Amino acid sequence: MARTAVRGRLTWQVASAGSLTEETPSVRTIELDVPDWAGHRAGQHLDVRLTADDGYVAERSYSLASAPGEAVAITVERLEDGEVSPYLTEDLRAGDELEIRGPIGGYFVWPWQDDAVSPLLLVAGGSGVVPFRSILRHRAETGTTTPTRLLYSAKSLPDVIYRAELDAMHDGVEVIYTLTRQQPPGWTGHSGRVNDAMLREIAWPSGQHPIAYVCGPTAFVESVASALVGIGYPADRVKTERFGGVGGP
Amino acid sequence: MSSPISRGFHRRHQDTTADTKRVPPGQYVTTDFPVLSAGPTPHTPLESWSFSIRRAGDTLKSWSWSELQAQPVEDVTVDIHCVTRWSKLDTRWQAVSIDTLLAQVDHNARFVLAFCDGGYTTNLPIADVTGHQAWVAFGYDGQPLQSEHGGPARLLVPHLYFWKSAKWVRGLELLEADEPGFWERYGYNNYGDPWREQRYAGD
Repeated sequence: MARTAVRGRLTWQVASAGSLTEETPSVRTIELDVPDWAGHRAGQHLDVRLTADDGYVAERSYSLASAPGEAVAITVERLEDGEVSPYLTEDLRAGDELEIRGPIGGYFVWPWQDDAVSPLLLVAGGSGVVPFRSILRHRAETGTTTPTRLLYSAKSLPDVIYRAELDAMHDGVEVIYTLTRQQPPGWTGHSGRVNDAMLREIAWPSGQHPIAYVCGPTAFVESVASALVGIGYPADRVKTERFGGVGGP
Repeated sequence: MSSPISRGFHRRHQDTTADTKRVPPGQYVTTDFPVLSAGPTPHTPLESWSFSIRRAGDTLKSWSWSELQAQPVEDVTVDIHCVTRWSKLDTRWQAVSIDTLLAQVDHNARFVLAFCDGGYTTNLPIADVTGHQAWVAFGYDGQPLQSEHGGPARLLVPHLYFWKSAKWVRGLELLEADEPGFWERYGYNNYGDPWREQRYAGD
C-alpha cells in the first residue's frame, strides 16, 4: 500500500543557518536550526525561500542531507548561472535567517514500504549523492546489514562530496567511484560514465530482488534507469530523482 | 509573519524575455525542457499502443495509434508550469482535444483518473479536462514527442501544474468520486493550480 508521507499544510518557517561545511570548492553543507521540524524520512527534500530587500523572492528545492533524527541539513552545489545556489554557497553566514518548508516527497525514500532488507543499489551523478548520505546514515542507525552498493559518478576525485564519510563506510556498504573527466595518477577504480557494462558488474543481480535509487542530472538518470531496466530491474524497483540541466537557476 | 530579508541576496536574472504576468508565483522561466519523473522511461511500440476511456474496469472506447491520429489534430500553443518551479512559455503541441474523445462516449462522470505506462496516475475533475482545456499530445514543435518528455503521447492540461499532464498516458478512467493519483498520494496538492501556488497538500 502506498503510504501518505505528507499530509496537512506545510507552512513556511524561519530557520537559521548553523554550521557550514565546505565539501568541495563548489559544494557546501548547511545545517539549519529549524524551530518546528516534524521529522523526515531518508530521501526527502525541503524548499528554501529567499527574500531580497526589494521584495524579490526565489524558491528552490534541495534534498535533505541528514538522516531522520539528525539536525536538518542540506548540501548545495553552486551553479554558476544560478541565483539561489551562489547565495547559499558563498554569501550565507552562520546565524543568517532564511525560510524553509518541508519535508516534501514520499516516493524517493528509503526504506520503501518498510522493506529494509532488499539489496540496495544507489547510483549517484555529481551532487545526486546528497539524498544518499541521508539514506546511508539512516541505514547505519537502524543497524541493518542490508547489502548496499553506492556507485558514484564524479568528474574527478576532488569533486567527490562526503568523501571521508563515504570512504569510511563499512558494515556491508560498498562505495564504488567512477571518475568521468580526470583520474589521479595510479587510479585503479572505474573511469568514464556509468554504462551497461559497469552496471552489469556492480548492480545486484535482478534475481536478488534489489531496489535501486538513481539521482543526478536528467541525462544521467535517464541513461542509468534505462540501463537498469535493460539488465532486468522491474521499472517499479528503480526510483529516480532528477535535477539540473535546467539552464537557469 | 513577514519574511526575513536575506542580506546580500538579490535578483541576478532580469526576465527581459518574459511577460511576468504570465509567470505564476514562485516560478521562473526556462528555455530548456527539464524532465521530472519517478522512474525509468517506458517505451511502448506504437503497434501495441492505444488510448482508452474506461469505467469501472470496462473499456467504453479505445483508439489505436492510427485511429487517434485520424481525429482532428489541433496545434496548441500554451505556457506550462512545473511544480519544481520552471515555467516554459509558448510551447507548441500537436494534440487531440479530450472534448473530441469524450464526445464519443456516453458518460456523466465527475472526475477522471489518467493512467499511464509505468503505472503513473493523476486525477482531475471532469470540468478541467473539458471545455477545450486538455488534450492528448503526441507532437512537440512539429516533431514526434520524445519518450523522455512523455512520448508517444502525454496528457496536456496546461492550466494546472505539469504533473497533471501525465506522461506516457494510455487512457482515462471515468469516476463518480475523486481518487488521488500518484503524486497526489505523496503529499502533492490534489488540484494543483499554479496561480494559487497549490504545490503541496493543504496549499
